Amino acid sequence: MGTEVEYGVTVQGQPMANHMVASSQVVNAYASATARARRARWDFEEESPLRDARGFDMSRQVADPTQLTDEDMGLANVILTNGARLYVDHAHPEYSTPEVTSPRDIVLWDKAGEQVMLDASRMAALVPGSQPIHLYKNNTDNKGASYGAHENYLMRRSTPFGDIVRHLTPFFVSRQVVCGAGRVGIGQDGREQGYQITQRADFFEVEVGLETTLKRPIINTRDEPHADPEKYRRLHVIIGDANLAEVSTYLKVGTTALVLAMIEDRFITRDLGVDSPVASLRAVSHDPTLRHQVTMDDGRRLTAVQLQLEFLDLARKYVEDRYGDDADPQTKDVLARWESVLGRLERDPMLCARELDWVAKLSLLEQYRQRDGLDWTNAKLQLIDYQYSDIRPEKGLYHRLVGMGRIERLLDDAEVERAMHEPPHDTRAYFRGRCLEKYADAVAAASWDSVIFDLPGRESLQRVPTIDPLRGSKAHVGELIDRCETAAELFAELTHS
Amino acid sequence: MAQEQKQPKKSSEEVTQDEVAPETDVAERKEALDDDVDAILDEIDEVLESNAEDFVKSFIQKGGQ
Repeated sequence: MGTEVEYGVTVQGQPMANHMVASSQVVNAYASATARARRARWDFEEESPLRDARGFDMSRQVADPTQLTDEDMGLANVILTNGARLYVDHAHPEYSTPEVTSPRDIVLWDKAGEQVMLDASRMAALVPGSQPIHLYKNNTDNKGASYGAHENYLMRRSTPFGDIVRHLTPFFVSRQVVCGAGRVGIGQDGREQGYQITQRADFFEVEVGLETTLKRPIINTRDEPHADPEKYRRLHVIIGDANLAEVSTYLKVGTTALVLAMIEDRFITRDLGVDSPVASLRAVSHDPTLRHQVTMDDGRRLTAVQLQLEFLDLARKYVEDRYGDDADPQTKDVLARWESVLGRLERDPMLCARELDWVAKLSLLEQYRQRDGLDWTNAKLQLIDYQYSDIRPEKGLYHRLVGMGRIERLLDDAEVERAMHEPPHDTRAYFRGRCLEKYADAVAAASWDSVIFDLPGRESLQRVPTIDPLRGSKAHVGELIDRCETAAELFAELTHS
Repeated sequence: MAQEQKQPKKSSEEVTQDEVAPETDVAERKEALDDDVDAILDEIDEVLESNAEDFVKSFIQKGGQ
């Protein structure tokens, strides 16, 4: 699995600045400062953003230009030695984590991405004549624009897509009480006053669909596995918020992965469908007291927390049934934290202010409202919402709360620093990252499913496919890369030529 | 000083402090939080952008995914 986050971007003193240019300056500054030699390009050969999981391709003519993500418009686009991708997407700098296999590793490489972005913006500021560029890990400007924080999960191709839609929709309607990032303002342009649980709910308009930039669907059908399409699909989840709190990210991907495992194993036999999912999604988001009840297809009325408890109950039984006492410690930890958080959300949401973004932000806002007597239309509250997500440690309010010991962390700074440069050990990101780190001169391009070498004495480029996400791990190629001093040696060993 | 640093006795079976604490502890914790509020807001005040209205007006983004 992995995440991809588009960051909000501002240029100090220039509200009308060109965001594409500013985003490119950030990415290029990082690329120039870190690439020791030639800069490897992104390889688009395997990309197919118009492939629909329901089994058809959208024609390029009817596609909105923002959907054509495989056309290299000359925008900055680099691969990092940690296996991640740093690039410009739709006028935002974006960081995609390397492929990882556990929720904690998502948190680690996602946090590493924040640090990469921070370094990148600082490096861009060093370019003579440039204005400081500031980055925000949020999802809306509260004036009608939204940009995404996506999750990707590798799933078995044999799982019927209808099962995914049926079971995942009610899960996504309700999981926001755990992983929402919080927002001041209601409606796409934030015109109505108030606080809501998510940044993104108001931007979702349909239940199922291919689009990601307009008519956003709760279940996205983009079918671009970046892996063997016979065996796998990549479930592209576009409904999440960008989280800063480590526990929020951890539970977001940990609980979603558990639900997906249950769907793959056809473990869910209960019907947890909800009436009017899009309207329910928004209604849940608009009620931070968590009292709103959604109507279930079976006629029951449940709060989002109660609906999450149903999924938790299923997940506990599933893990017990499949693994018993042999369940891995992280799965047990996800279950325990999920239960703990849901229990407290039922009693008093404010009890989760140390762990969950939307509660931490709301807690801070309520304190301001009490002290200064502010109503929700006050610009100061909107400012606090934006500035919570400022990634600078000295300015970002999330970071200030961490500094004051007000937020629980799962990681330490030293491991985040390492993850900026080192790839995870247990996926193909290891091969990609190590090749970039050791043979930078010889890597012409790379992507999720290939590394392309430009080797001395060979006329054409040599493409090494990495089609299986779990091959190319340290156990698989670590010793080989350690042993091969040059890319030519490595290539010869890999191909026995 | 030494007295201030004295730790309450912990039996080996005692779980680390978390949400399983009884309701009274929860109330106490909330009270303790309230006491700290002023200190928190003072520190946040120091880093908040100075002109909220201007900042909010100029925070304009292009749509994305």
